[in-house]
Amino acid sequence: MSDTKKFLFVNRKAPYGTIYAWESLEVILISAAFEQDVSLVFVDDGVFQIAKGQDTSDLGIKNFSPTYNALGDYDINKIYIEKESLEARGLTVDDLLKLTYEDEDDDWAEKDSIHVVSSAELVEIMDQQDVVLSF
Amino acid sequence: MPMLHTVNKSPFERGALESCVRLAIKGSSVLLIEDGIYGATKGTTASDMVENAMKDLDFYVLGSDLKARGVDEGRLIDGITVVDYSGFVKLAVDNDKVQAWL
Repeated sequence: MSDTKKFLFVNRKAPYGTIYAWESLEVILISAAFEQDVSLVFVDDGVFQIAKGQDTSDLGIKNFSPTYNALGDYDINKIYIEKESLEARGLTVDDLLKLTYEDEDDDWAEKDSIHVVSSAELVEIMDQQDVVLSF
Repeated sequence: MPMLHTVNKSPFERGALESCVRLAIKGSSVLLIEDGIYGATKGTTASDMVENAMKDLDFYVLGSDLKARGVDEGRLIDGITVVDYSGFVKLAVDNDKVQAWL
């Protein structure tokens, strides 16, 4: 589609302490409905958004982390995590949600949506976008 | 006189925790809440600062905020005490003053 643009959502805030993470997820889902070419980046404290095992039952607020699992069904399968941000926070990819999608060009094989990338690789990814939205 | 300090900001994004440990008098208690709980985890760029501060300050972290953010208690720096909301109240009552580092 000629109207398709490459959208990058840059997520840099921890969840719950501020509304940024939740707002970002809402806009991401809206953009998917408009059939844009969407990529997500989680950098700095944004990596905490996709930490696994979140349970907000004591806080009386919505745990929106399961919603990230739905992204694959919206053809959002380019999810980049900055390696340096994980390391600074004592995290590895094993501490994150396992986000996958089914590849229609490969007999619907289940594939990982999450790609851990270096800062240098992230520079290139950001450079390739038409639109960058920061949260 | 020792007092209770609360910190609710991530140490990776703001300097609230760093300012708190620099300015809290010896023997004070520091309670990490909300995004502040990330300061209680080990193996991070902030953990050396916290471990060093623990020589002079008692550190606590709010369990509900750990749970919400998926931070397992096994990832905490040794010697940090997990408290519930009642524990938060007790800390506030046991100290003459409370200072919130926002």
